[in-house]
Amino acid sequence: MNDDFPTPITTEPSTKNKTGTWRTFRPVIKYENCIRCMICWKFCPEPAIIIVDSNKYVAKNDAIKKLDAPEINYDFCKGCGICANECPTKAIDMVFEESLEE
Amino acid sequence: MKKMLTGNYASAYGAKVSKVKVVSAYPITPQTTIVEKIAEFIANGEFDGKYIRVESEHSAMASCIAAENTGVRTFTATSSHGLALMHEMLHWASGARLPIVMSVVNRSLGPPWSIWSDQQDTISQRDTGWMQIYTENNQEVLDSIIMAYRIAENEIVMLPAMVIEDAFILSHTMEPVDIPDQADVDEFLPDYNPKFKLDVSEPMGFGSLIMPEGPFMEFKYKGHESMNNALKIIDETDILFKKKFGRSYGGTVETYKLDNAKYALVMMGSTASTGKEVVDKMRDEGYEVGLLRIRSFRPFPKDKLRNYLSNMKSIGVFDRSYTFGYGGAVFSEVRNTMYGKNIPIKGYIGGLGGRDVTMNLIEKIFLDVVNMSEKGQDKDYEWVGLNGDKRWSQ
Amino acid sequence: MKNLTIPEEELMLPGHTACLGCGATLAMRYALKALGKNTIVTIPACCWAVIPGVYPARTLEVPLLYTAFEVTGAAISGIKNALEATGNDDINVLGFAGDGGTADIGIQSLSGAVERGENVFYIMYDNEAYMNTGVQRSSSTPKGAWTTTTQVGKVRDWKKEKKKNMVEIMVAHNIPYAATASIAFPEDLIKKLEKGKNIKGPKFYHIYATCPTGWRISPSKTVEIARLAVESKVFPLYEVDHGVYNITYMPKKNVSVKEYMLPQGRFRHLTEDEIKEIQSEVDKDWNLLLEKEKWTQSLNKVQ
Repeated sequence: MNDDFPTPITTEPSTKNKTGTWRTFRPVIKYENCIRCMICWKFCPEPAIIIVDSNKYVAKNDAIKKLDAPEINYDFCKGCGICANECPTKAIDMVFEESLEE
Repeated sequence: MKKMLTGNYASAYGAKVSKVKVVSAYPITPQTTIVEKIAEFIANGEFDGKYIRVESEHSAMASCIAAENTGVRTFTATSSHGLALMHEMLHWASGARLPIVMSVVNRSLGPPWSIWSDQQDTISQRDTGWMQIYTENNQEVLDSIIMAYRIAENEIVMLPAMVIEDAFILSHTMEPVDIPDQADVDEFLPDYNPKFKLDVSEPMGFGSLIMPEGPFMEFKYKGHESMNNALKIIDETDILFKKKFGRSYGGTVETYKLDNAKYALVMMGSTASTGKEVVDKMRDEGYEVGLLRIRSFRPFPKDKLRNYLSNMKSIGVFDRSYTFGYGGAVFSEVRNTMYGKNIPIKGYIGGLGGRDVTMNLIEKIFLDVVNMSEKGQDKDYEWVGLNGDKRWSQ
Repeated sequence: MKNLTIPEEELMLPGHTACLGCGATLAMRYALKALGKNTIVTIPACCWAVIPGVYPARTLEVPLLYTAFEVTGAAISGIKNALEATGNDDINVLGFAGDGGTADIGIQSLSGAVERGENVFYIMYDNEAYMNTGVQRSSSTPKGAWTTTTQVGKVRDWKKEKKKNMVEIMVAHNIPYAATASIAFPEDLIKKLEKGKNIKGPKFYHIYATCPTGWRISPSKTVEIARLAVESKVFPLYEVDHGVYNITYMPKKNVSVKEYMLPQGRFRHLTEDEIKEIQSEVDKDWNLLLEKEKWTQSLNKVQ
C-alpha cells in the first residue's frame, strides 16, 4: 500500500496477475496452416495474442510469409478457445493442459 | 461589502467567493434560493464555473464526486429528503477523500410532510464521514463555507464538509452580512490542487475492489485519523479567519457565559441564539447558567467539551432530532464524553418539524437542569413541547 | 507487414479477472482502441467493476473512476464539466455500464445527462442480465430467457417480457447519436465510436456483449453467438444519426431465431411454438426498423 494514498488508487499494471494459470485447454497455433489474418488477435478478450515478426514462424507460402504472425502469450491466455473457434483455417488446436504436462 | 442577505443567499455568496469550479444541484424547499442565486450569478457572468442542473440530489452528489475527482473545487446544496437521497454518495465522497463542501438547510423528514426546521436530516448522516458544521446566523453561514473549503482541502484532512443552517429561521430571513473582498478570500483560500486526480497523462484507477486481507480497514482508519485531525484544523482556521476578516466563531465549539457557570445547556444551530437570550435573562435573575454551542458535530470536539463542562453541577442537552426508542444523538455523544465525571446530564428533544423553540421552553429546560443538581435526575431524556403537555408547554 | 482491420494500440492490459471468453472485455478493448489514450472512463457497479482486478491492480491504460451503480450518467457529467471548467474540452469521457446499470437502476441519471446534452460517450455493454451478481433478470434480459430470478420450474416462469429498447429511449431524448454495436463486428463498433468523436453532445452505444457464464454456452462460442444474434436479426446493427436511421450491416445469411437460441442453455426450455412466437416478434421489429430507416432517410432528403 502506498502510504501517500488516502483512498484506494490503482497504479500497478494487472500484468502482474498471470491468468494463464486458469487455463484447462491450451490453444496451439499450427503456423503452417495460419494465413496471418489476425482474426484470433482481433477476438482475444484478454488480450493474450501478440503480433510478432513474420520471420519468427513457418508459413504456407511467400505471400503469407510477408505478414506478421500472431503468437499466444500463455502467461495470460485463459484458454477460452474463441481463437480456435473463429480461426477460418482451423489452424488452432485446443489441447488439454494435463496431456501436455505428461 | 455589507448586504442584507438571507442565509441561503449568504451560502450562494460563500460558494461564489470560494471560486467553485463546478456546481451541481437539484432544487428542494427550503434550499431553492441557493441554487436560484447561483443561477443568477451565472446568468450575469459573475461566476466562473460550470453549473450542472442535475435530475436528482443523488446525481448532484455523484457528479460533484466525479468533478472533484477530476481535480476541481465543487459545491452543492440540499436539504431533508434530498440529503437522505444522497446518503449512498455521501459515503462515497468521504471514502474517496474528496473535500466537497455542501450547504445543507436543516429540514425535517416526512411523513408527515413538513418543510420546516429540525436537525433530523443531518443527524441521520452522522456516520457518513462528513464534517458537520452547524451555524447560528447568516454571516456565519457565509464565513463557514469559505473556512470549510480551507479545512476540507487541508492535506491532513481531505474530507467533505456540510455547512448547516436552519430552514427559514436562517435560510429565508435577512440579516446584514459582510461579503468579504475577493482578494482577501483568494489569499485565505488558495486554489484547489489535489495530489491525485483523473489525469490522462497518468492513468490511475480510483476506488477499486479490496479483499478483506487488503488495506480496506487501513484506508478507513486513515479517514478516522483525518477526521480527528480536522478538530485541530477547524480551531486553527477559525483563528486565521479572525486575523484576516475580524470574525470568529470559536472553531469546533462556542461558549456563552460558561466560564463562571454551574449549569450548562448544550445546543446546536440557531436555537442557540434564543438560548443565549435566555442565559442573559436568567443571569439577571441570579441563575449561574451558561451555554455551549457545538459547531462541529463531526468531528466531535470531545476534549473541548470535557474541558468546558467538567466543572458544571448539571448539564442539559437539547436535541432537535430524534431516534425512536432512545435519547437524541447530541445527548448521547455529550453523555459519553462526560463519562466518569458524575455530573447529571439530561437530554431534551424538541423543536421538531419546525415547532418553535421559545425562550419560555428553554428557560423551563434550564430550570429543570438547575433543579436536577439538587433534587436528582428524574429521567435520562424526554420530549419537550408536545401539544397538551403542560409541564413543557411552549 | 501487419494485416489488421482494427487499431493495433492496446489500452486494456491482460491479467484482468474476467471470466473465460468474456464479451464485455472485448467491448472495452474495442472501445478504447477507438477512443484512444486521451480518454477518462467511469465504471459503475457491474462485471467491469471487478474485471480490472483487486487493488492495486490497474488493467486500463486510461484513468478510471469507479462509481456507484446508478450514477454513470451523473459521473460522466461531473468529469466532463470539470474538464470543461479547466479548459480540457478535448478529453473523451466515457461511461461504461452494464445493462442493469443502464436500463434499470441507472436510467434516471443517464436520461438526465442526455437531456442536458453533455458532450460524453455512454456505452451500455449488454450481457442481458445481472451477471456480476449471478445471472439475475434485468429489463434488458430477452424474452424467453432463463435467469436465476426467472427460473423455468414447474410453472415455466422464464422471462415473458420483451427486452427494453434503450436506443429508442435515447432517440426519444433527441440524442445526436445512438447506435447498436456487437463484439462480433469490431470494425463496425470502432467506426461508430470514431464517428462519435466528431459529434458534440451525448453519444449512446448499445453493445451486445456475450456472457458465456450466464448464457450457459461454451466460452469459445462468445463471438459466434454474437454474430448469430446479428445475422438472425435478433440484434440488428444500426445507428440513429441526428434522428436518421441507418442499418450498418445487412444480415447476409438467413439465420432463424431458433438457430440463434438453440446453442444457448438459457433458452433450452423453450418449445417450438414459443420460439415461433419470438421469431414473429423479431421479424416484426426488423420490418419496423427497415421502415424507420426508409422513412427517416426520405425525410432527410426532403430537407
